[in-house]
Amino acid sequence: MSGFLKSSIGRKVAMALSAFFLMFFLLQHFAINMLSVFSPETFNEVSYFMGNNPLVQYGLQPVLLFGVVFHFVMGFILELKNKKAQGVAYAKNNGAANSSWVSRNMIYTGVAILLFMIFHFNDFWVPEIVEKYVEGKSQVGKDFHAHVVHMFENPIRVGVYVLAFVFLALHLMHGFTSAFQSVGGTAGRKKTLQNIGKAYSIIIPLGFVIIAIYHHFNH
Amino acid sequence: MSGKGMNLTLKIWRQKDAKSKGKMETYKVNDISEHMSFLEMMDVLNEQLIAEGQEPVAFDHDCREGICGMCSMYINGEAHGPDRGVTTCQLHMRMFKDGDTITIEPFRAAAFPVIKDLVVDRTSFERIQQAGGYISVNTSGNTQDANAIPISKHAADEAMDAATCIGCGACVATCKNSSAMLFVGAKVSQYALLPQGQVEAADRVKNMVAQMDLEGFGNCTNTGACEVECPKGISLDNIARMNRELIKASI
Repeated sequence: MSGFLKSSIGRKVAMALSAFFLMFFLLQHFAINMLSVFSPETFNEVSYFMGNNPLVQYGLQPVLLFGVVFHFVMGFILELKNKKAQGVAYAKNNGAANSSWVSRNMIYTGVAILLFMIFHFNDFWVPEIVEKYVEGKSQVGKDFHAHVVHMFENPIRVGVYVLAFVFLALHLMHGFTSAFQSVGGTAGRKKTLQNIGKAYSIIIPLGFVIIAIYHHFNH
Repeated sequence: MSGKGMNLTLKIWRQKDAKSKGKMETYKVNDISEHMSFLEMMDVLNEQLIAEGQEPVAFDHDCREGICGMCSMYINGEAHGPDRGVTTCQLHMRMFKDGDTITIEPFRAAAFPVIKDLVVDRTSFERIQQAGGYISVNTSGNTQDANAIPISKHAADEAMDAATCIGCGACVATCKNSSAMLFVGAKVSQYALLPQGQVEAADRVKNMVAQMDLEGFGNCTNTGACEVECPKGISLDNIARMNRELIKASI
Protein backbone atom coordinates (compact mmCIF):
# COMPACT_ATOMS: atom_id res chain seq x y z
CA MET A 1 0.00 0.00 0.00
CA SER A 2 2.85 2.43 0.80
CA GLY A 3 4.32 1.60 -2.61
CA PHE A 4 1.00 2.53 -4.20
CA LEU A 5 0.97 5.99 -2.62
CA LYS A 6 4.53 6.62 -3.80
CA SER A 7 3.76 5.62 -7.38
CA SER A 8 2.77 8.12 -10.07
CA ILE A 9 -0.70 6.58 -10.32
CA GLY A 10 -1.14 6.47 -6.53
CA ARG A 11 -0.46 10.20 -6.35
CA LYS A 12 -2.98 10.85 -9.09
CA VAL A 13 -5.61 8.77 -7.30
CA ALA A 14 -4.95 10.74 -4.09
CA MET A 15 -5.23 13.97 -6.08
CA ALA A 16 -8.56 12.85 -7.54
CA LEU A 17 -9.99 11.70 -4.19
CA SER A 18 -9.15 15.05 -2.58
CA ALA A 19 -10.71 16.74 -5.63
CA PHE A 20 -13.96 14.78 -5.18
CA PHE A 21 -14.02 15.79 -1.53
CA LEU A 22 -13.43 19.47 -2.36
CA MET A 23 -16.08 19.44 -5.09
CA PHE A 24 -18.58 18.02 -2.61
CA PHE A 25 -17.59 20.65 -0.04
CA LEU A 26 -18.04 23.38 -2.65
CA LEU A 27 -21.57 22.14 -3.31
CA GLN A 28 -22.59 22.44 0.35
CA HIS A 29 -20.81 25.82 0.69
CA PHE A 30 -22.80 27.02 -2.31
CA ALA A 31 -26.09 25.71 -0.91
CA ILE A 32 -25.53 27.51 2.41
CA ASN A 33 -24.48 30.74 0.69
CA MET A 34 -27.65 30.68 -1.41
CA LEU A 35 -29.58 30.89 1.86
CA SER A 36 -28.05 34.33 2.46
CA VAL A 37 -29.95 35.54 -0.60
CA PHE A 38 -33.27 33.81 0.01
CA SER A 39 -33.54 33.62 3.79
CA PRO A 40 -31.20 35.64 6.04
CA GLU A 41 -32.71 34.02 9.18
CA THR A 42 -32.06 30.47 7.97
CA PHE A 43 -28.60 31.53 6.80
CA ASN A 44 -27.83 32.82 10.31
CA GLU A 45 -29.06 29.58 11.90
CA VAL A 46 -27.09 27.34 9.55
CA SER A 47 -23.97 29.53 9.92
CA TYR A 48 -24.21 29.25 13.69
CA PHE A 49 -24.60 25.48 13.41
CA MET A 50 -21.63 25.11 11.05
CA GLY A 51 -19.47 27.34 13.24
CA ASN A 52 -20.40 25.86 16.61
CA ASN A 53 -21.44 22.23 16.21
CA PRO A 54 -18.60 20.17 17.71
CA LEU A 55 -18.85 17.48 15.01
CA VAL A 56 -18.47 20.08 12.26
CA GLN A 57 -15.82 22.10 14.10
CA TYR A 58 -13.60 19.32 15.40
CA GLY A 59 -14.52 16.56 12.94
CA LEU A 60 -15.25 17.94 9.49
CA GLN A 61 -13.24 21.18 9.68
CA PRO A 62 -9.83 19.54 10.20
CA VAL A 63 -10.64 17.04 7.43
CA LEU A 64 -11.50 19.93 5.11
CA LEU A 65 -8.34 21.84 5.97
CA PHE A 66 -6.27 18.73 5.38
CA GLY A 67 -8.07 18.17 2.05
CA VAL A 68 -7.35 21.72 0.90
CA VAL A 69 -3.68 21.67 1.92
CA PHE A 70 -3.18 18.15 0.53
CA HIS A 71 -4.68 19.03 -2.87
CA PHE A 72 -2.44 22.08 -3.22
CA VAL A 73 0.76 20.43 -1.96
CA MET A 74 0.23 17.33 -4.11
CA GLY A 75 -0.55 19.57 -7.09
CA PHE A 76 2.78 21.34 -6.69
CA ILE A 77 4.68 18.06 -6.19
CA LEU A 78 3.18 16.61 -9.38
CA GLU A 79 3.92 19.81 -11.32
CA LEU A 80 7.58 19.78 -10.23
CA LYS A 81 7.94 16.09 -11.09
CA ASN A 82 6.36 16.67 -14.48
CA LYS A 83 8.59 19.65 -15.22
CA LYS A 84 11.61 17.46 -14.45
CA ALA A 85 10.29 14.72 -16.75
CA GLN A 86 10.05 17.11 -19.70
CA GLY A 87 13.73 17.70 -20.33
CA VAL A 88 14.54 20.17 -23.12
CA ALA A 89 11.62 22.35 -24.20
CA TYR A 90 10.34 22.30 -27.79
CA ALA A 91 11.18 25.24 -30.03
CA LYS A 92 7.67 24.93 -31.45
CA ASN A 93 4.83 23.21 -29.60
CA ASN A 94 1.24 23.28 -30.80
CA GLY A 95 -0.61 22.20 -27.65
CA ALA A 96 -3.92 23.63 -28.88
CA ALA A 97 -3.94 21.02 -31.67
CA ASN A 98 -4.59 18.16 -29.29
CA SER A 99 -5.76 19.39 -25.89
CA SER A 100 -7.83 22.09 -24.22
CA TRP A 101 -6.32 25.22 -22.67
CA VAL A 102 -7.92 24.42 -19.31
CA SER A 103 -6.36 20.94 -19.20
CA ARG A 104 -2.88 22.31 -19.91
CA ASN A 105 -3.05 25.13 -17.37
CA MET A 106 -4.41 23.48 -14.21
CA ILE A 107 -1.38 24.65 -12.22
CA TYR A 108 -2.01 28.31 -13.10
CA THR A 109 -5.75 28.25 -12.42
CA GLY A 110 -4.90 26.30 -9.25
CA VAL A 111 -2.39 28.92 -8.06
CA ALA A 112 -4.96 31.66 -8.73
CA ILE A 113 -7.44 29.73 -6.56
CA LEU A 114 -4.79 29.28 -3.84
CA LEU A 115 -4.14 33.04 -3.75
CA PHE A 116 -7.88 33.63 -3.53
CA MET A 117 -8.18 31.08 -0.70
CA ILE A 118 -5.62 33.02 1.34
CA PHE A 119 -7.62 36.22 0.73
CA HIS A 120 -10.92 34.46 1.47
CA PHE A 121 -9.68 32.76 4.68
CA ASN A 122 -8.37 36.12 5.85
CA ASP A 123 -11.80 37.65 5.13
CA PHE A 124 -14.01 35.15 6.92
CA TRP A 125 -12.35 32.12 8.47
CA VAL A 126 -9.49 33.74 10.42
CA PRO A 127 -11.72 36.41 12.09
CA GLU A 128 -14.20 33.60 12.98
CA ILE A 129 -11.51 31.49 14.62
CA VAL A 130 -10.07 34.50 16.47
CA GLU A 131 -13.53 35.50 17.70
CA LYS A 132 -14.39 32.01 18.93
CA TYR A 133 -11.13 30.56 20.19
CA VAL A 134 -8.87 33.56 20.97
CA GLU A 135 -11.34 36.12 22.24
CA GLY A 136 -13.71 33.40 23.48
CA LYS A 137 -16.84 35.28 22.40
CA SER A 138 -20.18 33.53 22.10
CA GLN A 139 -21.78 33.53 18.64
CA VAL A 140 -25.30 33.09 19.96
CA GLY A 141 -27.55 35.52 18.12
CA LYS A 142 -24.75 36.72 15.84
CA ASP A 143 -25.94 38.30 12.59
CA PHE A 144 -23.75 36.39 10.12
CA HIS A 145 -25.86 37.71 7.25
CA ALA A 146 -25.10 41.37 8.13
CA HIS A 147 -21.38 40.53 8.21
CA VAL A 148 -21.50 38.97 4.74
CA VAL A 149 -23.44 41.94 3.32
CA HIS A 150 -20.97 44.33 4.95
CA MET A 151 -17.99 42.50 3.43
CA PHE A 152 -19.39 42.80 -0.08
CA GLU A 153 -19.92 46.55 0.15
CA ASN A 154 -16.36 46.95 -1.10
CA PRO A 155 -16.37 46.80 -4.94
CA ILE A 156 -12.71 45.72 -5.02
CA ARG A 157 -13.51 42.67 -2.91
CA VAL A 158 -16.43 41.84 -5.23
CA GLY A 159 -14.06 42.18 -8.20
CA VAL A 160 -11.50 39.83 -6.63
CA TYR A 161 -14.22 37.26 -5.89
CA VAL A 162 -15.62 37.42 -9.43
CA LEU A 163 -12.16 36.95 -10.93
CA ALA A 164 -11.38 34.07 -8.57
CA PHE A 165 -14.56 32.27 -9.57
CA VAL A 166 -13.64 32.59 -13.24
CA PHE A 167 -10.43 30.71 -12.41
CA LEU A 168 -12.39 28.18 -10.35
CA ALA A 169 -14.72 27.56 -13.31
CA LEU A 170 -11.73 27.00 -15.62
CA HIS A 171 -10.13 24.63 -13.08
CA LEU A 172 -13.32 22.63 -12.65
CA MET A 173 -13.95 22.38 -16.41
CA HIS A 174 -11.04 19.97 -16.64
CA GLY A 175 -10.85 18.78 -13.03
CA PHE A 176 -14.38 17.43 -12.68
CA THR A 177 -14.13 14.78 -15.41
CA SER A 178 -10.37 14.29 -15.02
CA ALA A 179 -10.86 13.04 -11.45
CA PHE A 180 -12.98 10.12 -12.71
CA GLN A 181 -10.26 9.03 -15.13
CA SER A 182 -7.61 9.14 -12.39
CA VAL A 183 -9.52 6.75 -10.13
CA GLY A 184 -9.88 4.33 -13.03
CA GLY A 185 -13.37 5.21 -14.21
CA THR A 186 -14.26 5.87 -17.82
CA ALA A 187 -17.50 7.63 -16.87
CA GLY A 188 -15.74 11.01 -17.13
CA ARG A 189 -15.26 10.33 -20.84
CA LYS A 190 -18.95 9.74 -21.46
CA LYS A 191 -21.15 12.53 -22.80
CA THR A 192 -23.52 12.52 -19.80
CA LEU A 193 -20.83 13.10 -17.21
CA GLN A 194 -19.05 15.61 -19.42
CA ASN A 195 -22.27 17.61 -19.55
CA ILE A 196 -22.76 17.30 -15.78
CA GLY A 197 -19.14 18.47 -15.36
CA LYS A 198 -19.71 21.46 -17.62
CA ALA A 199 -22.92 22.35 -15.78
CA TYR A 200 -21.23 22.02 -12.38
CA SER A 201 -18.19 24.07 -13.37
CA ILE A 202 -20.35 26.90 -14.71
CA ILE A 203 -23.38 26.92 -12.38
CA ILE A 204 -21.51 26.75 -9.05
CA PRO A 205 -18.94 29.55 -9.72
CA LEU A 206 -21.59 31.66 -11.47
CA GLY A 207 -23.86 31.19 -8.45
CA PHE A 208 -21.12 32.39 -6.09
CA VAL A 209 -20.56 35.42 -8.36
CA ILE A 210 -24.28 36.24 -8.33
CA ILE A 211 -24.37 36.00 -4.52
CA ALA A 212 -21.42 38.41 -4.19
CA ILE A 213 -22.92 40.89 -6.65
CA TYR A 214 -26.39 40.57 -5.07
CA HIS A 215 -25.05 41.53 -1.64
CA HIS A 216 -23.03 44.36 -3.14
CA PHE A 217 -26.13 46.00 -4.60
CA ASN A 218 -28.51 45.14 -1.74
CA HIS A 219 -26.79 46.46 1.34
CA MET B 1 7.22 16.96 -61.57
CA SER B 2 9.77 19.63 -62.23
CA GLY B 3 8.56 23.15 -61.63
CA LYS B 4 5.38 21.99 -59.84
CA GLY B 5 6.96 20.95 -56.56
CA MET B 6 7.02 22.85 -53.28
CA ASN B 7 9.88 24.98 -52.06
CA LEU B 8 10.23 24.64 -48.31
CA THR B 9 12.29 26.05 -45.48
CA LEU B 10 13.20 23.48 -42.83
CA LYS B 11 14.25 24.33 -39.31
CA ILE B 12 15.84 21.20 -37.92
CA TRP B 13 17.38 20.31 -34.55
CA ARG B 14 21.04 19.36 -35.09
CA GLN B 15 22.98 17.71 -32.30
CA LYS B 16 26.32 15.97 -32.88
CA ASP B 17 25.91 13.38 -30.14
CA ALA B 18 24.27 12.77 -26.76
CA LYS B 19 26.80 14.93 -24.94
CA SER B 20 26.88 17.89 -27.32
CA LYS B 21 24.63 20.90 -27.09
CA GLY B 22 22.28 21.04 -30.05
CA LYS B 23 20.70 23.91 -31.94
CA MET B 24 18.17 24.62 -34.67
CA GLU B 25 19.60 24.92 -38.20
CA THR B 26 17.80 26.23 -41.29
CA TYR B 27 17.83 24.43 -44.66
CA LYS B 28 16.05 24.92 -47.99
CA VAL B 29 14.64 22.13 -50.13
CA ASN B 30 13.14 22.75 -53.55
CA ASP B 31 10.78 20.97 -55.92
CA ILE B 32 9.27 18.64 -53.32
CA SER B 33 6.40 16.55 -54.69
CA GLU B 34 3.15 16.57 -52.71
CA HIS B 35 3.03 12.80 -53.20
CA MET B 36 6.22 12.24 -51.22
CA SER B 37 6.13 11.00 -47.68
CA PHE B 38 7.76 13.21 -45.05
CA LEU B 39 10.71 10.82 -44.78
CA GLU B 40 11.23 10.90 -48.56
CA MET B 41 11.44 14.69 -48.28
CA MET B 42 14.07 14.16 -45.56
CA ASP B 43 15.90 11.80 -47.93
CA VAL B 44 15.97 14.57 -50.57
CA LEU B 45 17.42 16.95 -47.98
CA ASN B 46 20.07 14.41 -46.97
CA GLU B 47 21.07 13.71 -50.58
CA GLN B 48 21.47 17.45 -50.98
CA LEU B 49 23.55 17.74 -47.79
CA ILE B 50 25.79 14.84 -48.82
CA ALA B 51 26.30 16.43 -52.28
CA GLU B 52 27.30 19.66 -50.51
CA GLY B 53 29.75 17.77 -48.32
CA GLN B 54 27.71 18.34 -45.15
CA GLU B 55 26.68 15.86 -42.48
CA PRO B 56 23.20 14.41 -43.29
CA VAL B 57 20.43 14.68 -40.69
CA ALA B 58 20.16 11.52 -38.60
CA PHE B 59 16.58 10.27 -38.09
CA ASP B 60 15.02 6.96 -37.11
CA HIS B 61 13.11 4.91 -39.67
CA ASP B 62 12.67 1.30 -40.65
CA CYS B 63 9.54 -0.17 -42.26
CA ARG B 64 8.22 3.11 -43.66
CA GLU B 65 4.70 1.72 -43.64
CA GLY B 66 3.51 2.78 -40.20
CA ILE B 67 3.97 -0.42 -38.26
CA CYS B 68 7.48 -0.63 -36.81
CA GLY B 69 7.25 2.44 -34.57
CA MET B 70 10.77 3.62 -35.38
CA CYS B 71 10.10 6.98 -37.03
CA SER B 72 9.49 9.81 -34.66
CA MET B 73 10.00 13.60 -35.21
CA TYR B 74 8.07 16.50 -33.72
CA ILE B 75 6.84 18.37 -36.77
CA ASN B 76 5.45 21.90 -36.49
CA GLY B 77 4.73 21.36 -32.81
CA GLU B 78 3.04 17.94 -33.11
CA ALA B 79 4.25 14.37 -32.77
CA HIS B 80 4.28 12.76 -36.25
CA GLY B 81 3.16 16.10 -37.69
CA PRO B 82 -0.22 17.69 -38.37
CA ASP B 83 -2.11 14.66 -39.77
CA ARG B 84 -4.12 12.25 -37.56
CA GLY B 85 -3.71 8.47 -37.19
CA VAL B 86 -0.39 8.39 -39.05
CA THR B 87 3.28 7.96 -38.27
CA THR B 88 5.85 10.35 -39.77
CA CYS B 89 6.58 7.89 -42.60
CA GLN B 90 2.86 7.94 -43.51
CA LEU B 91 2.67 11.74 -43.41
CA HIS B 92 2.33 13.10 -46.91
CA MET B 93 3.88 16.33 -48.12
CA ARG B 94 0.43 17.34 -49.38
CA MET B 95 -0.24 18.36 -45.78
CA PHE B 96 2.09 21.33 -46.43
CA LYS B 97 2.02 24.27 -48.81
CA ASP B 98 4.62 25.79 -51.12
CA GLY B 99 6.69 28.34 -49.18
CA ASP B 100 5.98 26.78 -45.76
CA THR B 101 8.53 26.78 -42.97
CA ILE B 102 8.54 23.42 -41.19
CA THR B 103 10.03 23.01 -37.72
CA ILE B 104 11.42 19.51 -37.09
CA GLU B 105 12.56 18.46 -33.61
CA PRO B 106 13.29 15.17 -31.87
CA PHE B 107 10.73 13.66 -29.45
CA ARG B 108 11.45 15.47 -26.19
CA ALA B 109 11.41 13.88 -22.72
CA ALA B 110 14.01 13.39 -20.02
CA ALA B 111 13.45 9.64 -20.47
CA PHE B 112 14.07 9.93 -24.25
CA PRO B 113 17.59 11.43 -24.44
CA VAL B 114 18.79 12.57 -27.86
CA ILE B 115 21.42 10.28 -29.41
CA LYS B 116 22.03 12.40 -32.52
CA ASP B 117 19.98 15.03 -34.37
CA LEU B 118 16.41 13.65 -34.49
CA VAL B 119 17.26 10.20 -33.09
CA VAL B 120 16.27 9.59 -29.48
CA ASP B 121 16.91 6.67 -27.15
CA ARG B 122 13.56 4.97 -26.50
CA THR B 123 14.94 1.88 -24.76
CA SER B 124 13.14 3.05 -21.60
CA PHE B 125 9.99 1.62 -23.26
CA GLU B 126 11.72 -1.71 -23.70
CA ARG B 127 12.73 -1.83 -20.04
CA ILE B 128 9.09 -1.15 -19.05
CA GLN B 129 7.97 -3.97 -21.34
CA GLN B 130 10.59 -6.31 -19.86
CA ALA B 131 9.33 -5.48 -16.35
CA GLY B 132 6.00 -7.21 -16.96
CA GLY B 133 4.69 -6.92 -20.51
CA TYR B 134 4.54 -10.66 -21.13
CA ILE B 135 2.86 -13.88 -20.01
CA SER B 136 4.82 -16.88 -18.76
CA VAL B 137 3.89 -19.92 -20.82
CA ASN B 138 5.36 -23.37 -20.60
CA THR B 139 6.53 -24.09 -24.12
CA SER B 140 7.54 -27.70 -23.46
CA GLY B 141 5.36 -29.00 -26.26
CA ASN B 142 2.21 -29.33 -24.21
CA THR B 143 0.95 -25.80 -24.84
CA GLN B 144 -2.77 -25.44 -25.01
CA ASP B 145 -4.40 -24.26 -28.21
CA ALA B 146 -5.20 -20.59 -27.60
CA ASN B 147 -8.51 -20.99 -29.43
CA ALA B 148 -9.61 -23.55 -26.82
CA ILE B 149 -9.97 -20.76 -24.25
CA PRO B 150 -13.29 -18.95 -24.65
CA ILE B 151 -12.88 -15.17 -24.90
CA SER B 152 -15.74 -12.77 -25.52
CA LYS B 153 -15.68 -10.89 -28.79
CA HIS B 154 -15.80 -7.59 -26.91
CA ALA B 155 -12.77 -8.43 -24.74
CA ALA B 156 -10.84 -9.79 -27.72
CA ASP B 157 -11.50 -6.62 -29.72
CA GLU B 158 -10.49 -4.33 -26.87
CA ALA B 159 -7.32 -6.35 -26.23
CA MET B 160 -6.48 -6.18 -29.93
CA ASP B 161 -7.07 -2.40 -29.97
CA ALA B 162 -4.63 -2.04 -27.06
CA ALA B 163 -2.12 -4.36 -28.72
CA THR B 164 -1.97 -2.17 -31.83
CA CYS B 165 0.33 0.19 -29.91
CA ILE B 166 3.62 0.25 -31.82
CA GLY B 167 5.58 1.86 -28.97
CA CYS B 168 6.68 4.85 -31.04
CA GLY B 169 6.59 7.24 -28.07
CA ALA B 170 4.39 9.93 -29.66
CA CYS B 171 2.27 9.88 -26.48
CA VAL B 172 5.29 10.83 -24.37
CA ALA B 173 6.53 13.39 -26.88
CA THR B 174 3.21 15.17 -27.07
CA CYS B 175 2.40 15.05 -23.34
CA LYS B 176 3.08 18.28 -21.45
CA ASN B 177 4.16 16.04 -18.55
CA SER B 178 6.16 13.58 -20.67
CA SER B 179 3.98 10.83 -19.26
CA ALA B 180 4.19 7.31 -20.70
CA MET B 181 0.82 6.24 -19.36
CA LEU B 182 -0.87 5.70 -22.73
CA PHE B 183 1.91 3.30 -23.75
CA VAL B 184 1.98 1.48 -20.40
CA GLY B 185 -1.83 1.55 -20.20
CA ALA B 186 -2.04 -0.16 -23.59
CA LYS B 187 0.57 -2.77 -22.70
CA VAL B 188 -1.11 -3.53 -19.35
CA SER B 189 -4.56 -3.64 -20.99
CA GLN B 190 -3.74 -6.07 -23.75
CA TYR B 191 -3.10 -8.74 -21.09
CA ALA B 192 -5.57 -7.53 -18.44
CA LEU B 193 -8.43 -8.12 -20.87
CA LEU B 194 -7.51 -11.73 -21.65
CA PRO B 195 -7.69 -14.86 -19.47
CA GLN B 196 -4.02 -15.67 -20.20
CA GLY B 197 -3.01 -12.41 -18.58
CA GLN B 198 -4.81 -12.91 -15.27
CA VAL B 199 -2.25 -15.07 -13.45
CA GLU B 200 0.46 -12.39 -13.45
CA ALA B 201 -1.91 -9.39 -13.59
CA ALA B 202 -1.09 -7.88 -10.18
CA ASP B 203 2.70 -8.21 -10.50
CA ARG B 204 2.59 -7.02 -14.10
CA VAL B 205 0.91 -3.69 -13.42
CA LYS B 206 2.93 -3.02 -10.27
CA ASN B 207 6.26 -3.79 -11.94
CA MET B 208 5.52 -1.93 -15.17
CA VAL B 209 4.33 1.19 -13.32
CA ALA B 210 7.35 1.03 -10.99
CA GLN B 211 9.68 0.81 -14.01
CA MET B 212 7.84 3.67 -15.73
CA ASP B 213 8.37 5.85 -12.63
CA LEU B 214 11.99 4.75 -12.37
CA GLU B 215 12.66 5.80 -15.97
CA GLY B 216 11.59 9.35 -15.09
CA PHE B 217 8.36 9.67 -17.07
CA GLY B 218 5.88 12.25 -15.76
CA ASN B 219 2.41 11.95 -14.26
CA CYS B 220 -0.73 11.87 -16.39
CA THR B 221 -3.00 14.90 -15.96
CA ASN B 222 -5.62 13.63 -18.40
CA THR B 223 -5.18 16.34 -21.03
CA GLY B 224 -5.94 13.71 -23.68
CA ALA B 225 -3.22 14.98 -26.05
CA CYS B 226 -1.67 11.49 -26.31
CA GLU B 227 -4.86 9.92 -27.62
CA VAL B 228 -5.20 12.61 -30.30
CA GLU B 229 -1.59 12.31 -31.50
CA CYS B 230 -1.32 8.49 -31.25
CA PRO B 231 -0.85 7.10 -34.77
CA LYS B 232 -2.75 3.96 -33.75
CA GLY B 233 -5.66 5.65 -31.98
CA ILE B 234 -4.97 4.03 -28.59
CA SER B 235 -7.79 5.11 -26.27
CA LEU B 236 -7.45 6.92 -22.94
CA ASP B 237 -9.68 4.15 -21.56
CA ASN B 238 -6.49 2.09 -21.39
CA ILE B 239 -5.01 4.55 -18.86
CA ALA B 240 -8.18 4.30 -16.77
CA ARG B 241 -7.90 0.49 -16.93
CA MET B 242 -4.25 0.61 -15.83
CA ASN B 243 -5.24 2.88 -12.92
CA ARG B 244 -7.95 0.36 -11.94
CA GLU B 245 -5.53 -2.54 -12.27
CA LEU B 246 -2.98 -0.85 -10.01
CA ILE B 247 -5.61 0.06 -7.40
CA LYS B 248 -6.86 -3.57 -7.51
CA ALA B 249 -3.31 -4.95 -7.23
CA SER B 250 -2.39 -2.66 -4.33
CA ILE B 251 -5.39 -3.11 -2.05
